[in-house]
Amino acid sequence: MPSDDELLESLHPLERKVFPLLKEHDEVKALEAASGLQEVEVIRALQWLSNKKLIKTPVKQYRELAELDELGKRYLAEGLPEERFLAAAKNHSELGNIRSAARLSEEEAQFCLGHLRKRGLISLRKEGSALHVSLTGKPSPAEKEFLSSLAHGPRETASLSKEERSVLEELKRRKSLVRVRTAWEMRVSLTPLGKELLGRELHDAVETLTSEMLSSGSWKGKRFRRYDVEINVPATHPGKRHFVNQAIEYARRIWLDLGFREMTGPLLQPAFWNFDALFTAQDHPVRDLQDTFYIAKPARAKLPAEALVKRVQEVHENGGSTGSSGWRYAWDREEARRNVLRTHTTVLSARTLASLKELPAKYFALGVNFRNEAIDWSHNVEFNQTEGIVVDEDANFRHLLGYLRTFFRKMGYPEARFRPAYFPYTEMSVEIDVYHPVHKKWVELGGAGMFRPEVVVPLLGKDIPVLAWGPGFDRTIMEYFRIHDIRQLYGNDVKQLREMPLWMR
Amino acid sequence: MPTIELSRKAVEKLMGKRLPDEKLRDRISMLGTDLESVDRERIRVEVFPNRPDMLSEAGFARALSAFIGVKPRLRAYAARQSRYRVLVEPSVQEVRPFTACAVVSGLRFDDERIREVIQLQEKLHTTFCRNRKKAAIGIYPLEHIKWPVRYLAKAPADIRFHPLEAHGEMSAQGILELHPAGKSYGHLLAGKESYPLFVDARDEVLSMPPIINSHRTGRVSQKTRDVFIETSGFDLASQSLLLNIIVTALADLGGKIHVVKVLYPKGYGQRNLSTPDLAVRRMRLSREYANRLLGIALTEKDMAKLLGKMGLGFERGNALIPCYRADVLHPIDLVEDLAIAYGYERFEPALPQVATVGEAAPFTLFQEKVAALLAGLGLLETRSYHLSSRETQLEKMRAAPELVEIERSQNAELSVLRASLLPALMEVLQRNKRHEYPQRLFEMGACFSLDSATETGAAERFLLAYSGAHHKATFTEARQVLDCLGRHLGIQVSVRAADSPSFIPGRSGEIIVNGQALGWIGEVHPAVLSAFSVEQPVSAFELDLQKLFEVKP
Repeated sequence: MPSDDELLESLHPLERKVFPLLKEHDEVKALEAASGLQEVEVIRALQWLSNKKLIKTPVKQYRELAELDELGKRYLAEGLPEERFLAAAKNHSELGNIRSAARLSEEEAQFCLGHLRKRGLISLRKEGSALHVSLTGKPSPAEKEFLSSLAHGPRETASLSKEERSVLEELKRRKSLVRVRTAWEMRVSLTPLGKELLGRELHDAVETLTSEMLSSGSWKGKRFRRYDVEINVPATHPGKRHFVNQAIEYARRIWLDLGFREMTGPLLQPAFWNFDALFTAQDHPVRDLQDTFYIAKPARAKLPAEALVKRVQEVHENGGSTGSSGWRYAWDREEARRNVLRTHTTVLSARTLASLKELPAKYFALGVNFRNEAIDWSHNVEFNQTEGIVVDEDANFRHLLGYLRTFFRKMGYPEARFRPAYFPYTEMSVEIDVYHPVHKKWVELGGAGMFRPEVVVPLLGKDIPVLAWGPGFDRTIMEYFRIHDIRQLYGNDVKQLREMPLWMR
Repeated sequence: MPTIELSRKAVEKLMGKRLPDEKLRDRISMLGTDLESVDRERIRVEVFPNRPDMLSEAGFARALSAFIGVKPRLRAYAARQSRYRVLVEPSVQEVRPFTACAVVSGLRFDDERIREVIQLQEKLHTTFCRNRKKAAIGIYPLEHIKWPVRYLAKAPADIRFHPLEAHGEMSAQGILELHPAGKSYGHLLAGKESYPLFVDARDEVLSMPPIINSHRTGRVSQKTRDVFIETSGFDLASQSLLLNIIVTALADLGGKIHVVKVLYPKGYGQRNLSTPDLAVRRMRLSREYANRLLGIALTEKDMAKLLGKMGLGFERGNALIPCYRADVLHPIDLVEDLAIAYGYERFEPALPQVATVGEAAPFTLFQEKVAALLAGLGLLETRSYHLSSRETQLEKMRAAPELVEIERSQNAELSVLRASLLPALMEVLQRNKRHEYPQRLFEMGACFSLDSATETGAAERFLLAYSGAHHKATFTEARQVLDCLGRHLGIQVSVRAADSPSFIPGRSGEIIVNGQALGWIGEVHPAVLSAFSVEQPVSAFELDLQKLFEVKP
């Protein structure tokens, strides 16, 4: 608890203006007038004063007020139309004459006829083309009296008698006579502490330390207003990398640390590199239109050097020099020329193999790939993959598992499990599951394997073990950032981007 | 990949062994099929496309039982000789040239079995047969057939029979247009001058492959004991495998397999066949090769034992491969079978000591530097799709580059590849109108244009775009970001006044580096802003980051 003096020193300039006025005023409007502040400033000051327990929490009290509207004010001076009508009808019987004598507009006259007939105060008869009016009763003064009672100012509806209330309802139905609005007032009452401190003198306190004060030294001996440093302040936001790219940067560093070189390459690829070089038969279902984005324009690519094309053709048709039977069909060069949006980063591995000079070699890539499917919370047209190959005479299946386990440990999954799988271009093929330490379940993260000789021999020229993997990366990212809808990876919600915590691995 | 549903009871009966749930789950996964669910009644698994032989209860149980140690040895089958003949006529050569056939006798079909056989046939059709394009299968009760059967082709106008699942006779045209099977597979015959048929000795139509069987002769029922099976298609080798997968499954259900002689006419280029060919294949498998790839030390005895668990045999350095295995192209496929039988879970992961030097791609490092600098200026990085729409890239931007176009996208609004990143940033601003301003963004990524000089006919440029939106956004602000970037990269960047339809005239220019125009900077045109319903002024720039990287400071 601050001392009384500290409390007074912490008053904001607005509070300093309002607090002393509480001696004479206890209502916001009055404080507004007396202080010369705006209403919001007074209310803010009161809020702070109540935080400091100098006043009780001020509460807005709402009241419903009835008051004269535009026409109401005018009619009160000129007389209500029906009054004027009845007065004129004493001297005239023909409607036109009544209207001009009472100075009624067409609309007012129509209203009077309906209104007065309904109440049985007049009757009508037709003589030739003219309408004649005769008086049949005496009007009640209640409405006029009620309007007059509003002449001095609004009245609270809660204070009206039952009769007055029904008159008010009647008048509300007429255009612009009376209106009912909600008004509020806010009354302030001091706490015992507030009462005690109200009389104390408020010393001058410096609000802002200026450079002028520093150069002149005028700050010396001054008191500074004390702040409440414990309250919340408005949020501020940094500029930063997209959260997906933060994760990708981290994964890149893991591969670099493990001695891998980075591969990059185009997103648009000839089917030859994306499929054929990876021993994916031309009638394999993954090559269907509904899975792969084919390019309509430009539709066809150039094929690489003829010798390589020939080797790939042979390996599909009869296994070439690999000792394989191949897929045993007629390979179509035109099909291989079709352009696709790459369906996996493995296409980069295929290209790397085809131009590899030195062994052993270890390469990685992190990149986006494409899948032609309808987008929903768990399906997306673009996805990220982490790709890797190890080309080494001595590489074996256990090394494949070793690299994968190391990578996933660094990604925060202490346990990895490997199951048999199938991909056209690997044998052994592996499905990787990691154990989710929080959800306590196995999560499937994607594929790996050893490239088949039918892939390696045509590209590299000899049969050397090639470890290869390409698990998806989006699931890991979503798990980490607790994102449940895959579309949010590309949602670019500025609020989410601003508030998303950093990738902390 | 096809998911099949198997009766657990039937599988367990075929295996001759019952496993507790957990064990069953584990073994199915480790055999190399993706398990979806197991309950008391059903097993649902996804069978990988290299193992079509596992698409039936019989085939699945055969593989699983060997794997868990029940009858872990080569599965060999034999066919008896018979007098059944199928005569192929020259007329069919142009339409659907080949057939391989078999007869299986002594079967008992209850409703469950019929469902099972139909499922096998359907799954084979959609996967191995590529939706009946590559090959198709027909199964018929033997009793209605008068031998020999003939495989021939007739003009559609001369074909009329009562197909399965129809109320009466239909013409070939009618079947293609009105019958459900005709609607699904009619395109495989559309435009042909004649359609293939199997007919018996009385000229009774058995079927019109690959569409539908005849109702009279081609409907398997609970009374059926013996069946005639044909495959038709374009590739005898795969048809032969297909036939083997079916007849071995039926043999496992108690059937006896009989040979059918398929007689091809002279001049057809195909000799006569006795099908099915159930011979066991031999393939050389060296122990050193296997051990080197797997990183373990197996003896030949181990190999024989392990291959037995996969239903294969091994003798004197040769693997013996049963007639139903479609996936063994190369000894490497046998090595994988060894690995699966050994158990993936038993391989000890190892990190080898291979001395290689890690190296990041220089341009990726450059991107990281640029991103760090821009983030330091308080900018948020965004990530948008490479796919976009014509309207976003052209009309809304008032621009006219030629676009790279996608063939039949599943998402109508993603039908082209983006030519520029600015439209993506405009879309981000459009989606974030309710959030606090200023909104200052950047994005880096590939953009696409037509270029006949490249391998694909498209050029891929890696661009950087910046946009700042708030009520006082000006050209100066964008220019400050650009200058700051140039200064910190040590590259001299200048701006040459030029108008572009996307920017306010007189408030835009080209970004010049080393005399080369690398992009645009300016205040975005109000017509562009309103096309994206952006309600704040925006200043922006976009430049070719790859080219900027290639500039030597």
